[in-house]
Amino acid sequence: MSTASHTHVSGALDDHGHAEAHDHHGPPAGFTRWMYTTNHKDIGTMYLWFAFFMFLLGGTMALGIRAELFKPGLQFFDPEFFNSLTTVHGLVMVFGAIMPAFVGFANWLVPLQIGSADMAFPRMNNWSFWLLIPAALLLIGSFFVPGGAAASGWTLYPPLVIQQGISVDMTILAVHILGASSIMGSINIITTILNMRAPGMTLMKMPLFVWTWLITAYLLIAVMPVLAGAVTMLLTDRHFGTSFFNAAGGGDPTMFLHIFWFFGHPEVYIMILPAFGIISQILPAFARKPLFGYASMVYATASIAILSFIVWGHHMFTVGMPAAGNLFFMYATMLIAVPTGVKVFNWIATMWKGEMTFETPMLFAIGFLCLFTIGGFSGLVLAIVPVDITLHNTYYVVAHFHYVLVSGALFAIIAGIYFWLPKWSGKMYNEGLGKLHFWLSMIGFNLAFFPQHFLGLAGMPRRIPDYALQFAEWNMWSSIGAFIFGFSQLIFLYNVIATIRSGKPAEQKQWEGADSLEWTHLPTPMPYHTFVTPPIVR
Amino acid sequence: MLLKHLRALSVLATTFVASLAAHADYHVDILPPVTPVSREIYNLHFGILWVCVVIFVIVFGAMFWSVFKHRRSAGAKASQFHENTTVEVIWTIVPFIILIGMAYPATQTVLNMKDTSNADMSIKVTAYQWKWEYDYQQDGVKFLSNLATPRDQIEERDGKVGAPKNENYLLEVDNPLVVPVGKKVRLLITSNDVIHGWYVPQLGINQYGIPGFIKDAWFEIDKAGTYRGQCSQICGKEHGYMPIVVVAKSPEEYAAWVKDAKAKMPPPATVAAATPEAPAGATPPAADPNKKWTLDELKSAGEKLYAANCSACHQPTGKGMPPAFPALDGSKVATGPKAAHLATVLKGRPGTAMAPFAQLADADLAAIITYERNAWGNHTGEAIQPAEIAAARK
Ligand code: HEC
Ligand SMILES: [Cu+2]
Ligand SMILES: [Cu+2]
Repeated sequence: MSTASHTHVSGALDDHGHAEAHDHHGPPAGFTRWMYTTNHKDIGTMYLWFAFFMFLLGGTMALGIRAELFKPGLQFFDPEFFNSLTTVHGLVMVFGAIMPAFVGFANWLVPLQIGSADMAFPRMNNWSFWLLIPAALLLIGSFFVPGGAAASGWTLYPPLVIQQGISVDMTILAVHILGASSIMGSINIITTILNMRAPGMTLMKMPLFVWTWLITAYLLIAVMPVLAGAVTMLLTDRHFGTSFFNAAGGGDPTMFLHIFWFFGHPEVYIMILPAFGIISQILPAFARKPLFGYASMVYATASIAILSFIVWGHHMFTVGMPAAGNLFFMYATMLIAVPTGVKVFNWIATMWKGEMTFETPMLFAIGFLCLFTIGGFSGLVLAIVPVDITLHNTYYVVAHFHYVLVSGALFAIIAGIYFWLPKWSGKMYNEGLGKLHFWLSMIGFNLAFFPQHFLGLAGMPRRIPDYALQFAEWNMWSSIGAFIFGFSQLIFLYNVIATIRSGKPAEQKQWEGADSLEWTHLPTPMPYHTFVTPPIVR
Repeated sequence: MLLKHLRALSVLATTFVASLAAHADYHVDILPPVTPVSREIYNLHFGILWVCVVIFVIVFGAMFWSVFKHRRSAGAKASQFHENTTVEVIWTIVPFIILIGMAYPATQTVLNMKDTSNADMSIKVTAYQWKWEYDYQQDGVKFLSNLATPRDQIEERDGKVGAPKNENYLLEVDNPLVVPVGKKVRLLITSNDVIHGWYVPQLGINQYGIPGFIKDAWFEIDKAGTYRGQCSQICGKEHGYMPIVVVAKSPEEYAAWVKDAKAKMPPPATVAAATPEAPAGATPPAADPNKKWTLDELKSAGEKLYAANCSACHQPTGKGMPPAFPALDGSKVATGPKAAHLATVLKGRPGTAMAPFAQLADADLAAIITYERNAWGNHTGEAIQPAEIAAARK
């Protein structure tokens, strides 16, 4: 079957003979293939496996946290180690799992969807990936040094972080390396998109995933250096006698918060915009209907990105800014609800009067739509200064950002994997297992995180290893949900590995409604090199 | 297939809701407000929540309608419409108007919260790792407030069975913040070491204490009672163990409390005497400041006081948690000349987590320091007498 479609496309593409010639002297075998590869598909694969590994690692830490919080009292960990768990869980998930996963998608999809042969800077691409390994080793290794891993929360606020040991220096170095990797990756993505589009692929014809990554890459270039600056100041405060954040020397701890969140808020959009892109391609494919408002989606993405630079203060309403400051950040934050609403309405209008089927990618996309919307609502509640003041640093906030980052970003990543795996691997995953994975994730996730809204409303602070008795019931349910969610990800792992090893051959256009170049112009399985001669896009 | 899943889900949901009803402790809302500001917060949240619920029902209604009607298995055929400027303008403008409706009352509350003028009294709140200090600016009362839950209720590691937990487990302190009802109380919040958060939900206050800066907040409680909260900003190892208890009393009762508290100052109640698990063997208040204590008396009292005041950082083993908290076992200070040791404990080390402990009684300090100089591997053989502490204070 796959050969049939293969020939069909070869006929359609005049460059194809060439591509197949490449196929024969394909990649070298063994470890050197991965070490030296400059192939965007190989690098994409490595990013995705790296992200999955880090996801399991960060997830294990999360389960440690939930085990400790299953009931009141200290059952497992020293409080300081508990703090390290929350800190490194956050850092690993943000910098090790979600961000690399999206870069993996970008590597795989950007060249395929704009019809280019590879990324603009293939060697730099290799280097961007391999930098992740020392950074991850530093982050994880910090658990084993005297004093234990950083325990200040992933936000690394001074002066607390100044008190701690060498692990903080390792964390700072890891952040620097990750930042360098992200910046190189972004330059690569921007250059590729702006310069290597196939003839006829105008900007406004690009699939939304490419658009969202173009905007995300600009955000990354804008804010990663800011984070690097902030942690460098921490480093010099720690070791070289500066007082950027030390009031006794004329500095101000609050300044770190401002700088950190100037990075931090765009960072949350770095983690969600590519997700928007993935969802905007999956929903139309399964509704068999074009995206309702392509142009307005592009503009909404751009306005969210721009607004993201002027809302950082909503993380700091309890710092004691003047009323004018609080009000400015409140209004700006509320404004983001408008373009975000536009997106949600657009997705629903895309589904409306479609002809939907509900394969696993579609289920995860709908799951995303439902739960991300809930996260959006809790975000709106938190934007209201007085309400935020009573909820800041409570479990309500924890619930909010897990709704946007887990059922938002992560669900989109999972949806994207199920969607593109047939294309990438040439084999079809097991639909039954996929659905099981979806329903268990859905139940586990909501059980884990919905009750945390109630805990926050009742005043339970985050990052505490033990809690008062009135919080016991919801915490118990939350822990049960977390374990269901955590273990159901092993089904996913199994499904992916089984597919790659022994899945049934997939079709060229596995999804009837998919319409980007990788589906319409390339055979399944794809050759190692694609679009060596660019396709002509009408 | 989907319907089967949904049915399973709804069964689960019903059993879940039923199990909720069987218990009392499933709070789902903000705790009852007791100040004008927290009441405004409560109403704001309530209003916004309902606006969200309405939008939620509309949006999800449309979505699920679509999921059930516009599916291939229900015979739907895809129509190919897209882009409609009118619709797009409407769904941009309408949310905008709703947001303005939300922002208006919120703005008023923000301005109200920030108005700390014309307060009837002010209290300076200083956060330490990991306790609070309250300093009544007008009434001249000043004391520390520590967690009162005994360790044996908390500790359940290595198969230990924790003691039965108090009703207010982890939300109880030795010395609560006592305030009069019906008076505007201004808090001046700061910190001695790292950033903390003074957070009492029912008062509508959650304010960072930032070292080197003083921030303010206010409340006016209208109902006598006890209101509990916690440090809200991660501040190190014992972050989960620095609760806040506010007791609101009638102005008369408050005045009586002030008189009483003043009589106990300085120092107010020592931490040891006020901590529930304080051992009977702890040093009695130094009735006779010139009494000489034996090394053993001091050591045994000192061990308990050390556990209450110092072991969170320096650890019961005296090994500390380097590099953040140095070991006292074998430390040059704890084995070298007394004067440096006394100065460290009395004055603290500015800019580090080592806070001054001058608020403790002379006899208590003498016991702690004697203990440190003679515990673990330290064997100076010196008994520090209360009189030496009194002299060092000067
Ligand atoms: C909040 C944590 C904390 C608590 C509680 C604490 N300390 Fe310390 N202590 C420190 C830190 C941090 C230092 C190191 C300060 C520096 O860097 O110079 C220190 C240093 C010391 C030193 C000097 C050690 C040396 O070798 O330089 C002594 C003595 C000491 N503390 C005694 C005490 C006593 C007595 C108590 C209880 C009354 C106590 N500490 C409670 C954090 C704490
Ligand atoms: Cu933000
Ligand atoms: Cu604190």
